[in-house]
Amino acid sequence: MKILVCISNVPDTTSKINFTQDNTQFDTTGVQFVINPNDEFGLTRAMWFKEKQGATVHVATVGGANVEPTMRKALAIGADEAIRINAEPTDGFFVAQQLAEVIKNGEYDLVIAGRESIDYNGGMVPGIIAALLNMNFVNTCTGLEIEGDKATAFREIDGGKETLSSSLPLIIGGQKGLVEESDLRIPNMRGIMMARQKKLNVVEPVNATHATADKSFDKPAPKGAVKLVDPENIDELIDLLHNEANVI
Amino acid sequence: MSVLVYTEAENGKFKKNALEVASYAHKVAQEMGTTVTAVSFNVADNSSLETYGVSKVLKINNDSLGTFNANAYAMALAEAVQKEDIKVIILSSSTDSKYVAALLAGKLQAGYAPNVVAAPDSINPMVVKRTAFSNKGYAHTEINTEIKIIGVSNNAYGVHENKTSLSEEDFSPSIDDSAFSTKSVNVDKVAGEVTIADAEVVVSAGRGLKGPENWGMIEELAGVLGAATACSKPVSDMGWRSHGEHVGQTGKPVASNLYIAIGISGAIQHLAGVSASKVKVVINTDPEAPFFKAADYGIVGDAFVVVPKLIEKLKEFKAQNA
Repeated sequence: MKILVCISNVPDTTSKINFTQDNTQFDTTGVQFVINPNDEFGLTRAMWFKEKQGATVHVATVGGANVEPTMRKALAIGADEAIRINAEPTDGFFVAQQLAEVIKNGEYDLVIAGRESIDYNGGMVPGIIAALLNMNFVNTCTGLEIEGDKATAFREIDGGKETLSSSLPLIIGGQKGLVEESDLRIPNMRGIMMARQKKLNVVEPVNATHATADKSFDKPAPKGAVKLVDPENIDELIDLLHNEANVI
Repeated sequence: MSVLVYTEAENGKFKKNALEVASYAHKVAQEMGTTVTAVSFNVADNSSLETYGVSKVLKINNDSLGTFNANAYAMALAEAVQKEDIKVIILSSSTDSKYVAALLAGKLQAGYAPNVVAAPDSINPMVVKRTAFSNKGYAHTEINTEIKIIGVSNNAYGVHENKTSLSEEDFSPSIDDSAFSTKSVNVDKVAGEVTIADAEVVVSAGRGLKGPENWGMIEELAGVLGAATACSKPVSDMGWRSHGEHVGQTGKPVASNLYIAIGISGAIQHLAGVSASKVKVVINTDPEAPFFKAADYGIVGDAFVVVPKLIEKLKEFKAQNA
């Protein structure tokens, strides 16, 4: 089984978000970049397939040379080979088209992407790839088993869980549940050393559509001060929620 | 050239977000000088759409579409888009709608903006305001393609009445067998339970509860308020509660009218995930807990004392205001 894990290079979840250049760009000053958490769950599941079922695991990212540390980390965790598509990941449609080209050429059986990246939150890349390449697709995937070319996938739905049957070639939009938080791997020294020897191929982008463009950004208005209610005076809280906030 | 909406339904009835997307579509259609056409799947009574600004509904009645199937639904919607010469498609940002929207974007070569929180900034060019950076910011996104898809955030635009006259038309799209190469074999869902996505009120608890055995009062409080229950990330990581209850940046987003956080300190990732909620109440022993900076109302106190009192007082309140 040949697996491609699509990785997005995103600000660490604890990052403070600011914008620059007249609010048209994300301010990367002092921001640490990591593997998108939804992708990291998928990468870790791919490691399981590698170790238990002999799968080969490649990772792919659309981005400039600045994303290479994140890709090296994926290699240190255990991916066999990395592909960087040398273009700015400006919008989801563009990124999906670039990845679709890599998937088509690489003849992957299973493609694991994240449900969404935690920065631009488009949540569209795996679905667009599925439509472009006519692949089976399971989104918000919280569990995946493969046997031969048959797949059983679990999907989070509003208020519950769904079990789906599918077959390879398959693409998923993964999230927590594919593996547990405690299964995530921190690269060890041996992994980091080996990652330096692994191939990180750089390919040039194909012509593609920029379907959307983020023109500007802003931040939520600052919150007013919290109104504190005495724990002995619950009636006051109920009164505020009923008469002031109108929510009960 | 009308605006198309995908109106989600469950058990043959429209979900609340169907009426919200219809309301949103009415606003967009008005500005474009056109009307709203809805597509419904296995809905017996479509008449409520008339109240929310829909002029025409394409009714699909097909047993094989009884259970949601993203690929098949996307095929049906794509056919409706062709048949009606649609340029703007509007749907919700629920789990199912996002699944369909991405497939539809690929099929129709359409630009897609999800998590939209307000009526478009402008129609030509189409620019919409959506949440980004997991609710820590907003992006104003221009959709450049001929066909455009807008995913409206739950509970952001609201449901607005716009009385129209509705024409109903049966619609039988051809669904290719390939749609069912991925298919549902089991749905595990507690009937009648309020989901975090649809809830007006969410009661959420964290590590301050000390152990899963103490969730009884959280469930009781949620019961009194007709609320969904949720939890913080450490609570789901420790297995005290199921993953489905985890809210925050890597869990589910919350956009309820009221969010009550009990024994949750308020890590930045948690606050981002719940920031779309309109009113936030925090109950925590630690007055320095970051959640107090993000909340509208707060009680500094022990949850084990405050919550039972709150339940009792709310019961009295509900009895008086029933």
